[in-house]
Amino acid sequence: MHILVCIKQVPDSAQIRVHPVTNTIMRQGVPAIVNPYDLVALEEALRLKDRTSARVTVLTMGPPQAESALRKALSFGADEAILLTDRAFAGADTLATSYALAAAIRKIRDDMPVDLVFTGKQTIDGDTAQVGPGIATRLGMQLLTYVSRIDRVDLERGEITVQRRAEGGVQVLRTRLPAVITVLEGINEMRFATMPDMFRAARYGLTVWDREAAGIGDVTKIGLKGSPTVVSRVFAPTPRAQKAEIIQTQSEQPDDLVATLLAKMFTKHPPLRAAICPRAVQRT
Amino acid sequence: MNENFDVIVVGAGPSGNAAAYTLARSGMRVLQIERGEYPGSKNVQGAILYADALERIIPDFREDAPLERHLIEQRVWMLDDTSYVGSAYRSADFSKPPFNRYTIIRAQFDKWFSQKVREAGVLVICETTVTGLLLDGQRVVGVQTDRAGGSIYADAVILADGVNSQLARKAGFRPEIEPREVALAVKEIHFLPEETIQSRFNVTGDEGVVIEMAGKITQGMVGTGFLYTNKESIAIGVGCLLSDFRKQKTSPYALLDRMKAHPAIAPLLAGGEMKEYTAHLIPEGGYHSIPPIYGDGWLMVGDAGMFVNGVHREGSNLAMTTGRLAAETLIALRSERKPFSARNLARYRASLDESFVMRDLRKYKNLPRIVEKNPQFFTAYPELMNKAAHTLISVDGVDKKAKERAIRQRFVAARSRLGLLGDFFKLWRAFE
Repeated sequence: MHILVCIKQVPDSAQIRVHPVTNTIMRQGVPAIVNPYDLVALEEALRLKDRTSARVTVLTMGPPQAESALRKALSFGADEAILLTDRAFAGADTLATSYALAAAIRKIRDDMPVDLVFTGKQTIDGDTAQVGPGIATRLGMQLLTYVSRIDRVDLERGEITVQRRAEGGVQVLRTRLPAVITVLEGINEMRFATMPDMFRAARYGLTVWDREAAGIGDVTKIGLKGSPTVVSRVFAPTPRAQKAEIIQTQSEQPDDLVATLLAKMFTKHPPLRAAICPRAVQRT
Repeated sequence: MNENFDVIVVGAGPSGNAAAYTLARSGMRVLQIERGEYPGSKNVQGAILYADALERIIPDFREDAPLERHLIEQRVWMLDDTSYVGSAYRSADFSKPPFNRYTIIRAQFDKWFSQKVREAGVLVICETTVTGLLLDGQRVVGVQTDRAGGSIYADAVILADGVNSQLARKAGFRPEIEPREVALAVKEIHFLPEETIQSRFNVTGDEGVVIEMAGKITQGMVGTGFLYTNKESIAIGVGCLLSDFRKQKTSPYALLDRMKAHPAIAPLLAGGEMKEYTAHLIPEGGYHSIPPIYGDGWLMVGDAGMFVNGVHREGSNLAMTTGRLAAETLIALRSERKPFSARNLARYRASLDESFVMRDLRKYKNLPRIVEKNPQFFTAYPELMNKAAHTLISVDGVDKKAKERAIRQRFVAARSRLGLLGDFFKLWRAFE
């Protein structure tokens, strides 16, 4: 079985600051990480590999620095890694990104058929959740989104059974391979890489494909040219002018502090009944 | 399969990078192991880059290193609660390349330095903690890491794992550091537009200013403060001996908050937005606290070896220099086909003794103990100096002779004649 995992290098959104004067996002000095949701997908693929001795290839599109994201994936146990990088890919929205990735996957398929494509449910920088479905559509693969568990992969019958988180419950779905699976967060915990894998990842000779190597001829479908989405404005919401309150007690004893805190909480948040039906409380 | 290297460098700070880079450039097979998520993620500094130390390792570093401002002016302030007496040196000569000192932002600088290390051929492994040294009898033969299959062998191990050097402590190479041997320093970076910094500090282009501070800002504790100008931000920080913080029950951030509110400092920061808050331990024990720095199959460099000159606020240059000298010792021995035994590695200590590193640390060997026992240098004297300046400068109908008498009397009242003499002698001893 050949599993392809699509990952993306993203700025660590927890560390992004907004420029106090221009109100734009300051990316400078913000560490780049692997999209956390993609790591969940990778771990799920690696678990399948552990059970079935599948081959796991990671694929990313991004600037040359995205190499470190691939090396990270290799250190966890991915077998191969391909970096799709070309200035022509810059400025891509989800339509153009899925076009380029689909082209690369077609090329990978030529070498070795791909049974499953795994990816995170979305990225933390774009939050669109569109690239996975885009790849499935372009490649005519079955699509399973928000997968919370992989129950069974039956290679002989070419079927996969998964659990999918849906509104109000869990769906158990079976479909035929090849399929694209977008994985829900929090369903597993990434393993701790072994030292031999750390060495292998550090020394691995990455496969780097530019536009031509990926077999993309039509430049109007990729990068900025292939992206109909326009970001008209980026802004930071005005911060709420709510000041923190320092609560002190005379005695400095913990129990007094707790009592004060509790009293404060209930003045801020009146009893439930009062909140739901203020008039009823007034009457009593 | 066991991995085998010529040298393993533990830590990717300035000392570890300097060592790894120098070794790899001479053709050694080098593994560098870093505990943090990426090289530099654990590193904190003021931060000033001393060009000389780096230039001896990477001569053309100015071409692509991320540098903020080159320093053309140094101010030294002795602060009282609402005033300061100071001196400054500024020179247009400092604006002529090659520049001597730069402010840097370590997050960017360390990324650059590590890239150079990788390009030199070092295998850099991050997010991996070295949990112990592998020994063959007394000889260090490799390291044990926290990962499965994590024993790695090498002919020598360089301990560049920083001020806490768990590794050295665990191996018994170094005793537990005393709270009076380390300073706890906190630092904030405040974002300000480039033009604001230029006009506030009277500089143009990439020129920068350093302000070193001592006095009431440390509230009687042994320590100093600083303010450095970056391109679009200001780094401000303060550090005092850990033992003093414990005695005074003061928290470092409270100290920094009070310092920022000082009437001479607040206007320099006004309108800025705090971007970063960091804290770090700085080894300040000086010459007497330097542990054994070499043995069979191992060398110690940088903060791990307590190589910091607290008086001149130099540390990263000592780190880079000790890293380079350790590497050069190994390179020389390898070319002479000599083993990395303790006897042969004694050359490292000898080359340090001859360098500015040990010469400077020896010069100030008595200083840590003297200032620790004499807090008046951080309390009474700044106050007396500030009052003296105030008295002299105020024009109020009192004649100058009377003013001088009043100043003298205040000094004698505060310290007594004998005390003043003693203090003078102590200072002379500290700086002799």
